[in-house]
Amino acid sequence: MIYLDLFLGFLRVGCFAFGGAYGAIPLIRDVVLSYGWLTDETLTYMIAVSESTPGPIMVNLATYVGSSQGGLLGAIIATLAVVLPSFFVILLLMVALKTLLKNKYVQAILRGLKPCIIGIILATGVYMTVNHVVSLESATVSIQAAIITAILAVVMFCSKPILKKKMSPIMLIMVSAALGIVVYGI
Amino acid sequence: MRKNILLDLLLTFMKIGFFTFGGGYAMISMIENTCVEKKKWISHDDMMNVTVIAESTPGPIAINCATFVGYQQAGFSGSLIATLGIILPSFAVIFLISMFLDNFLEITVIANAFKGIKIAVGILILDAAITMIKKMHKKVLPRAIMVCSFAAMLLINIFSLNFSSISLMLIAAAVSLTIFVVKGAPEQKGGAGK
Repeated sequence: MIYLDLFLGFLRVGCFAFGGAYGAIPLIRDVVLSYGWLTDETLTYMIAVSESTPGPIMVNLATYVGSSQGGLLGAIIATLAVVLPSFFVILLLMVALKTLLKNKYVQAILRGLKPCIIGIILATGVYMTVNHVVSLESATVSIQAAIITAILAVVMFCSKPILKKKMSPIMLIMVSAALGIVVYGI
Repeated sequence: MRKNILLDLLLTFMKIGFFTFGGGYAMISMIENTCVEKKKWISHDDMMNVTVIAESTPGPIAINCATFVGYQQAGFSGSLIATLGIILPSFAVIFLISMFLDNFLEITVIANAFKGIKIAVGILILDAAITMIKKMHKKVLPRAIMVCSFAAMLLINIFSLNFSSISLMLIAAAVSLTIFVVKGAPEQKGGAGK
């Protein structure tokens, strides 16, 4: 029964996908390919689509696979299954959180984790920004990407002193889409 | 009052869900911008705690954050509404794509727009990191951990090493816990390199 398969398959993804979407992609591949829901090629294409459409990548993939296998109902079932585990884990944690966070050993662990995550986020941002301009695999520089990066960086980091208000992420996304159409379109 | 906060949660997280591309860290910057700076629903410290919890629990990070913020604002129903809010936009978009467009990314204008958006995602993540660094405790140990994990993660990315960020976090947690057990409270300065 396809609905049960979809539910169990994506429940597994939701349960064991630690560390966000990029950490989860190997697991998603494993589940999706082992059930034969998508071919390797469609999966790669879908990962690209999931990255370029709004929302969590895992949820996007679940919706797509669910809809391709079982229509609207399949999409709903797969999406719920991928979300359920994290929803309940956080709810459970919230109940215990207040006391847990006051524990001095937990605090010591958090003191180590916070700067580590900041470092990871910074590295991800640096890598993604640089990688768009200079492709590490082919060692080529994209002039269009360099132009867009420069304009966006100026807009993002210089808007605060001038406008006295920080550029909102939504505005930056819209500006970047327009820039993409113009710069790559020429 | 209660109805208002639920509606506010739903609309806010739908907006976050609709405008966040690239998942994960990009969503954190968006949630920080909206829930901490604009709505003042949670403090920056709470946001850091959620990020840590979200990273170390399974599932999409954005879902964890939405559940957390929703629960803090309005209990169980709040967490349900916020989580639904963040899923709905992407659900609708992907469902439409899967129904009508076989080769969505082959439309040149759309593909070009997304090339631009991808670059913005990188810059948004950078901005989130810079905001967090500014608010970080200015002490030796957190700085050392930050620099080490930054360097390690960059190397992992560049050489596509098979070493997950979770292992990196486990090491940082172990280092910090060991130093706490050996040296006691973090008040004193210095001497806390590796």
